[in-house]
Formats: sequence, structure tokens, C-alpha cells
Amino acid sequence: MDDPRTIPNHGDAPPVHWRRNDYSRIPYWLYHDPQIYAQEQERIFKGPTWSMVGLEAEIPNPGDFRTTFLGDTPIIVDRAADGSIYAMVNRCAHHGALVRREPRGNAREHICIYHRWCYGLDGKLKGLPFRRGLKGKGGMGPDFDMADHGLPQLRCESYAGVIFASFSAETEPLADYLGPIFRSHFDRIFHKKIRILGYQRQRIAGNWKLYLENTRDTYHGTLLHEFHTTFGLSRITQTGGVTMDQRHRHNLIWSKIGTDDQAQYDAVYKEVRDDSLRLLDPRVVEVKPEFDDGISLAICAIFPNATVHQIGNSLATRQVRTMGPGEFELYWTLFGYEDDSQEMTDHRVLQANLVGPAGLISMEDGEAIEITQRATVAEMDDCSVIEMGGGGKITSLDHRVTDIPVRGLWSYYAELMGIEPEGAER
Amino acid sequence: MTSLAMTPAEVRVAAQELMDDYGERIDSNRLEEWLDLFAEDCSYRIMSRENVEQNLPVPLMMCTSKNQLRDRIVALRRANEYNLHYDRHVIGAPRIRPTDTADLWTVEASYAVFQTTLEGQPRLFSVGRYTDKLRVEGGTLLICEKLVVVDSFSIPTLLATPL
Ligand SMILES: [Fe+2]
Repeated sequence: MDDPRTIPNHGDAPPVHWRRNDYSRIPYWLYHDPQIYAQEQERIFKGPTWSMVGLEAEIPNPGDFRTTFLGDTPIIVDRAADGSIYAMVNRCAHHGALVRREPRGNAREHICIYHRWCYGLDGKLKGLPFRRGLKGKGGMGPDFDMADHGLPQLRCESYAGVIFASFSAETEPLADYLGPIFRSHFDRIFHKKIRILGYQRQRIAGNWKLYLENTRDTYHGTLLHEFHTTFGLSRITQTGGVTMDQRHRHNLIWSKIGTDDQAQYDAVYKEVRDDSLRLLDPRVVEVKPEFDDGISLAICAIFPNATVHQIGNSLATRQVRTMGPGEFELYWTLFGYEDDSQEMTDHRVLQANLVGPAGLISMEDGEAIEITQRATVAEMDDCSVIEMGGGGKITSLDHRVTDIPVRGLWSYYAELMGIEPEGAER
Repeated sequence: MTSLAMTPAEVRVAAQELMDDYGERIDSNRLEEWLDLFAEDCSYRIMSRENVEQNLPVPLMMCTSKNQLRDRIVALRRANEYNLHYDRHVIGAPRIRPTDTADLWTVEASYAVFQTTLEGQPRLFSVGRYTDKLRVEGGTLLICEKLVVVDSFSIPTLLATPL
């Protein structure tokens, strides 16, 4: 089946043999199984979670809209005449056609091209051709109620200008979902009005969970991404750590540049690093101080589909768009602040070189995920070994020699999916 | 300098040759020699068509100096990990126009880049258009500005080798 989105939900996936109750062993079939994927769409993306669907700065004016995805579902996010923001399923209530085909625009209504059904910016059905027939013939039946046939609404809330949507009435309010640690990180990054600087997109032939693990995996950061380490943007010898929320669904990796010395660095990396590398034009790695706390790198992952990063002066959100068990799109939105000087804007634009599909410190992730997907397909019964930082209890740490946050991610995932092992660590 | 200026007909031939060299040096993994096709004050930018349409400055790859371009190649050789592959450029006939500056020409061409894995599996990796500024220097043409606008801006896997 070429398009995995057509795979129907055949009910619950087979039971998971976890081997350990602390998620230090992850069975490889979880990255490949279509039933698991269908269950994820229902229980995670349509479940009690908030998914990031955009930024308020992208739809500043009434009528502005953007199309995006929540899991597999096509979504319209727009701003109505009164300034409020709506998220709705981008699928005509009449015959199921995509209503908005453009990625963005400004409009007074959303009209499906197929039979011209017309919806307001709030998703309500406003009109349809020949509703009352023609010359007394045809038309919709007498019991047809316009109010029952709008575009399905999602709950939609923003925090600090970041828009989230949820299919589930049970999801806690967004502010509670983020919790105090991640609210304060959002307050930090979005402390003043932002300006969108552009987008980057990347199609990765791997399971979406591999990317969620990747953004919580501090172990790989300074090993896979050699550019990072060589040019000092992030080294494991710098002051840094990992912070999770109580339920270990979200994670913040942070570090401070200039907090290690060359001797420490040499001792740790001398066996794996070629130290003769020097940049002829080092502007791309220059970090202009802009936050009082001295944090120069912060990767903030919000379950299930969002990441907000600060890498030097590069600021961005990353949205995961699932496309079946074996593929996802990573959608990067790079921004600066409205009051940035031209020099600062130019610097942020130059540092776009660090991130995205061609990022000097991020390109490797695409390859790491694809080679994992490729090599595990033949070993579905085998499992990975997640033991850096030890097994057992799942806790935040003041260092980064760990993959405990990866176990934290799986613990929340298993809870939502209803597949926790006996006596599971949470 | 004037004695080394080129006639429009000579520029046409030289620009076609430069495009041929450009693709060939990337495809045969001679990236250090590929650098020689650029002027010392060059810039190199790969932009997504969606950002260009929205007038947004974020590039996929951008070098504002030749040293940054050299750094990219050194990083590719010695720091970055990427999907192992062969590149194959197919570059359409260049369209050549003079500019208001003597010895400076605008050259545009559409391109397709195919990537083939080391196991022999090909895919269309990138399709888009080049808009270059070429300058006559010492009797040869050099690239002083290269803009690659990518139609296929949802990049498969990653983008390591220049387009
Ligand atoms: Fe990474």
C-alpha cells in the first residue's frame, strides 16, 4: 500500500513485549507496524494532547489562513473578523474534498471547489448552491440543518503566540498541559513580538517517533553532530542539562557556551575529534548574547509534534507531520523579533545555515533516522538498548550524558496508547 | 581589462562551458575544484521557492563570502555525516542577458539533480532554477552570485552536497 494514510484502523495493535518496565528496551516493530500507527493517530493525535499548528504571527490579520496537518488530518488555521483564531478540519462536510488547497492566504470564507459549499472563517456552513432546488425541484431535504454540516472544529488555544489544537474534549487547558517549566521556557523565547523569517522543510523516510526520540536524545548531540562540537556551539563538557515535566512528556535540553575550558574539551574528545578544523569565516557560529541566563542552546520538545529551538541566535519551531509509519515531514519556522536590528536579522538568516535539512549541525539527524528505519525493518522482534544514564527511575538531570528523557517519552507514549508494561515506570 | 573583454557570442559559449563544468565538478565529487568557478567576492544561496514567493529571507544554504563556501566544503568533507550518494546534474540551456555593468552577465537555467545510492537506487532529488551573475575576469567567466531556487523545497532526507 503506497499511501499509508489509507490504512484503516483494524482495532487494537497486538500486545507489546517490553522486556523491561523502565523503557530501556524498545521493540523495533513499534516503528513499522501499521496497526500501531493507526492507533497512534486515534489515541495520541486525536487523543488528550495539544499539537502545535502554527504561530499567531503567521496569521496577523482577519481572514489570514494557513493549512497544516495535525497527525494525518489536514487542518485550516485562520483568524476570524473579531481577531479570534480557529482550527478546523480541512475537509468538506458534503463530499469529503479538501476545501483549502493553498498553503496560505487571506479570504472572507472557505469555499470547496467541488460543489461550492461555503464555510465561514469559524468553520460554520454559510451556504450551498441549489439548497432549495431550482423552480421548485430538487434541493436538500426539509430536515437538512446547516448547523450540523460545518467543518469539524478543533479546540484551539495559544500560549505566548504559539497556536495549539486538540481533537479531544478531555485535554487539560493548554497552560496546564505545558506546565510551569515549559510555560516559563515559552515566556523566555517568546518574550517579545516575533517576526517570521522563513520556512524549511524536510521529508524523512523514518517513523515519526524516531524524531521525537532524537530531540530528547542528548547522548547523540555532541557525537553525531561533529560541527557542533568542533566549533564549540555545544559540547558535553559545557554546563547544561535536561529538564522534563512531571509526566516526562515534554523535554528541555539546554547548555551554556563558554562554560568549559579547552583542557576539559581535549580530554573528552581527543579520541573522536579532528581538532585541526578551523573556520575561515566564523561568523556563522558567532553567538550574540541576547538572553540574561547565558543559555546558548535550548531544544524544547513538546509532546507530541512540537519543538522550539534556540541554537545560538537561530530561533525556530519545528512541527512533525506524520505521513504513515515510514515517513514524516519536518516543518521548520524560523523567526526573529520585530525589533531586531537589520544586523541581527542578517545574523539570524546566516545562522539558518546551522539548522534545517542542510543545517551544519542538524543535517545528520535525517540520515540517522533513515538508517535506523532501514536496518530495523528486518529485525522487528529485536529491540534498542536505552541505558545511558542508567535504567529505572526517570528523572531530570544536570548533565547530558544520558538518554533518560527518551525513556520518559516512551513512558508517556505507552500510557496514552494503553500499552504500559506491568509496574511501568512513569 | 578591455583587451580581455568578451563579445556576447564568446560569453554565450563560455557560460555554457561554465554550466557544464559546474555540474561535472559536483557530480564527480571534485568540490574543491568546483570552488574555483567562483569569484573571490562571491555569494551562494539555495532558497526554497515558498520563501522566495513570500519574500522571506531564510535560505536552505547560504554563503555570503567565498570563505564561507570553502568552510561548507571542508565541513562536508570532515565534520558532517550525510546520505552516501552519487549526484547527477541535468542543466537546461542557459539563458544569457547583459546587465547594466560591463562584463557582468545574468545567466539563468533550469536544473534537475538526481541522487543515486551506493546500491544503485536513483531518485529525483531536486528540481529548480539557477539565476547567476557571471563576471568576465582575466579572460574567463566566474560566478560572482549564484541563486538556486528550489521548487522541490520539501527536501528528501537532507541537503549536504551543493546543488
Ligand atoms: Fe540531532
